[in-house]
Amino acid sequence: MELLVEGVSHAYGALPVLEGIDLAVRPGEILSLIGPSGSGKSTLLGIMGGLLRPYAGRVSTRGRPPAGCLNPLTYVFQDFALLPWRSVAGNVSLALDHHRLPAGERRERVADALARMGLADFAAAFPRQLSGGMRQRVGIARALVVRPAVLLLDEPLSALDAQTRDLLTEEFLAIWQRERTTAVHVTHNLGEALRLADRIAVLSRRPGRVREILPVDVPREERSAAARAGRIAELHAHLWALLRDEARAADLELAEPARGGR
Amino acid sequence: MSAPEARPVPFRGGGFVRRPRRLVSLSALFGLVLAWQAASWSGLANPLFLPAPAMVAAALWELARSGALAQHLLASLGRVAGGWLIGTGLGLAAGLAVGIFATARAAGMPLVSALFPIPKIAVLPLFILWFGIGEPSKVATIAAGVFFPTVIAAAGGVDAVPRSLVRMGQSFGLPAWAIVWRIVVPGALPSVLAGFRITVAIAVILVVAAEMIGADTGLGAFVLMAGNLMRTDQLLAGVVVLSLVGLSAAGLVSLAERLLLRWR
Repeated sequence: MELLVEGVSHAYGALPVLEGIDLAVRPGEILSLIGPSGSGKSTLLGIMGGLLRPYAGRVSTRGRPPAGCLNPLTYVFQDFALLPWRSVAGNVSLALDHHRLPAGERRERVADALARMGLADFAAAFPRQLSGGMRQRVGIARALVVRPAVLLLDEPLSALDAQTRDLLTEEFLAIWQRERTTAVHVTHNLGEALRLADRIAVLSRRPGRVREILPVDVPREERSAAARAGRIAELHAHLWALLRDEARAADLELAEPARGGR
Repeated sequence: MSAPEARPVPFRGGGFVRRPRRLVSLSALFGLVLAWQAASWSGLANPLFLPAPAMVAAALWELARSGALAQHLLASLGRVAGGWLIGTGLGLAAGLAVGIFATARAAGMPLVSALFPIPKIAVLPLFILWFGIGEPSKVATIAAGVFFPTVIAAAGGVDAVPRSLVRMGQSFGLPAWAIVWRIVVPGALPSVLAGFRITVAIAVILVVAAEMIGADTGLGAFVLMAGNLMRTDQLLAGVVVLSLVGLSAAGLVSLAERLLLRWR
């Protein structure tokens, strides 16, 4: 499924955070959104999934969701957003509980999602018993269980340590290779964007505008290969050059007034 | 040049740690009872005004055997249970509404703030005029006393549910009732149960006060009567039973917390 953002602007009170955003997320691609803090990338992701109402512009989808899709636009959250009183399996099935599904299919979907994230042995565990990486695996399993048409990943790895981040990136890519689900991925980590994305959209600092959309012209399988390290470094340098001054200026700004936030 | 002498880094941590000291807790309790008994033996305490623990125990045994204890205890427990259940039911409904709906909050919170500080026993005479001298006026007093703290605890619990969890529910297309039932209510439960701890104590206090004003059964009426007759041993026996009632109620709340908040 395709996701189209047309002329989206947004403001928190008198503070403009996004201005005239046009983006087309192509079917089956991973689009990374990067930008300095306060560039409104998470706000944009919230608008894309219908959790925030933009004050101007519109977001639309084109194409049919895959068979068995229960929630076309599905988020994975930075803070995992797990219910602490539900077990791992309970958290995953939360996404299904309000749908009319045969009990067998419900069980099967949950078991399948848990198995794909390597959580089969942890089905009965509670979130507090899990490490950060395992918690986010639950978050991803909960997203997979509804067979999403577009995945909206809101800094999914930012709360994790570097090694866990690398592990989860590889696992996520392995799963993504099979389904090729369209995905939008917000991050402030250039390396993560260069590992995952087909294209990288760079937002300016507040109010966020699209500064550049950069295709990552190295096939995903070759991105860790030594032979392509040069090209990846070039792309990294280019992105960093785009971001550096913006990030410095953003850093010197006063924190947003109370209603701001990310 | 010789290296300067190595000096050990002095230890500065330690202390400020909580450690269970069961024996100390138990001996404090027994110590108090023993000191009290000793005071009576030595003649320091006049048994008419402060009967020895043994006399209180004997009075308690006598009351239990005659059936008077069961009669008064059951009367009080019935009022507590009825008033607490009504007050809690209404309080939870109002508290959830106040926590969830901005309009209910705007209308409800000033009312709660204005009515909560009124000592509920002060409105018992009004309730007696409304409902008569019988059970309903006492139950209503207890319900009123339980209602307001429950509203505050439930509304506070709803406020404490992270916004991000509600957004997550919305992002998966959960209908509003499912967000309330599966996210908001369980999230508010710890605060609600903490409120129960307070409201069971309030219910016990109010039942005694209400029974002292207008009843001939119940532990409050019994304690008052024993005082009027200078039967301090029976009076204290009633007080001991009241303490046990409060302890059991708190124990039930602890049990509920253990069962319902296992995930913490």
